[in-house]
Amino acid sequence: MSEYPRTKPGSQPEYAYEGYRSTHRRAPSQPLIRLPHTLSELTGPVYGHNPIGPADADLTAHFADPPQGERIIVAGRVLDEDGRGVPNALVEVWQANAAGRYRHSGDNHPAPIDPNFLGAGRVITDDAGNYRFLTIKPGAYPWRNHHNAWRPAHIHFSLFGSAFVTRLVTQMYFPNDPLMPLDPVLQSIPDKDAQERLVSRFDLSLTEPEWALGYRFYIVLRGRQATPLEDATK
Amino acid sequence: MSLIPSASQTVGPFFNFALTSNPHLGNLAGEGAEGERIRLTVRVVDGDGVPAPGDALIELWQANSRGCYAHPLDPREAERDPHFYGFGRLETDANGECVFETIKPGLVPDGNGGMQAPHINVIVLARGLLKHLYTRIYFAGEPANARDAALAQVPEYRRETLLAQPAAGQPKSWHFEIRLLGEAETVFFDV
Repeated sequence: MSEYPRTKPGSQPEYAYEGYRSTHRRAPSQPLIRLPHTLSELTGPVYGHNPIGPADADLTAHFADPPQGERIIVAGRVLDEDGRGVPNALVEVWQANAAGRYRHSGDNHPAPIDPNFLGAGRVITDDAGNYRFLTIKPGAYPWRNHHNAWRPAHIHFSLFGSAFVTRLVTQMYFPNDPLMPLDPVLQSIPDKDAQERLVSRFDLSLTEPEWALGYRFYIVLRGRQATPLEDATK
Repeated sequence: MSLIPSASQTVGPFFNFALTSNPHLGNLAGEGAEGERIRLTVRVVDGDGVPAPGDALIELWQANSRGCYAHPLDPREAERDPHFYGFGRLETDANGECVFETIKPGLVPDGNGGMQAPHINVIVLARGLLKHLYTRIYFAGEPANARDAALAQVPEYRRETLLAQPAAGQPKSWHFEIRLLGEAETVFFDV
């Protein structure tokens, strides 16, 4: 049975990070116990029961009127560690509105709620691992982590690949945001290159004239085999 | 080409309008699913014993009552149950709890000729977790636990943290506590 490669040191945050206050009472103190990969780890939910339509990938079309904000296209590919596209991966996104407020009862930031923006979408990657969303650029917002703490603008991404161990939840940032060096969530990743890979790139070729700016964002999931064929029960 | 997997970032506190808007993901056992139906309550508490109020997300992935996963990598076609898929996802409520309806999974091959005890694979996401945690839910009193290769990796004094306990006075109901930190901290796995 083929194992997925393990994490490269520095490329992922640790659980405990002093600068992110919520980790102090939630990050486990005991070392993780390493498990070999069995069917339990090598299988995982394969999306396909509820149909996803084009409307799910257009966050600007959930209501009769368009949302406030700068309309953007976010597109890219989901890849494995060999650079091959991961087809049929479920990509779920969610974000704050243009004013930096989430459609969530717990968000008390005194910025306006946009009645025309929910901020949630999802898409399935195509045969080459491509995905594409239409949305609006989210705003930065304050949080109570420390004095004068502000999250840089970001879009949350949730992905399922082909196995339970390829699960990934991450955030996409925007180029040249001055809040990024000050953000403990992004700075919790030790490796600067790994941080950089969470920053989307402005891409003129993705931009649609007279309509929307384009940002390109690649996501790499664990794994080297797009279709493991060995008999995992042996 | 060799690429490094993208870094994880916290799910944050404000995910429910996107990730848990479908309450049906709390019921893994559709009509007609084979096996022993159970109700499984999962509670998440922090290092002070404080429940995670609405800001933790639990995902389950499990085999059917015959120990077969609904996945192309599991070749045992004859053991498939068309009425059982095996994925669940709920957010915790104000008390840090979520309740799944499912079936007790069967024995799963361990890849080395042995069988794993019935278990449910768990991913924990939450505000304050920069990357998700993996754990497993086993069932207290299950004889197969004694021969399970994954449990054998765990120091004996910590194994209890991986056992769901029968809920007092409620037949076919189990409770599983996830203690993120501190005394009797739940065992989490590097997978």
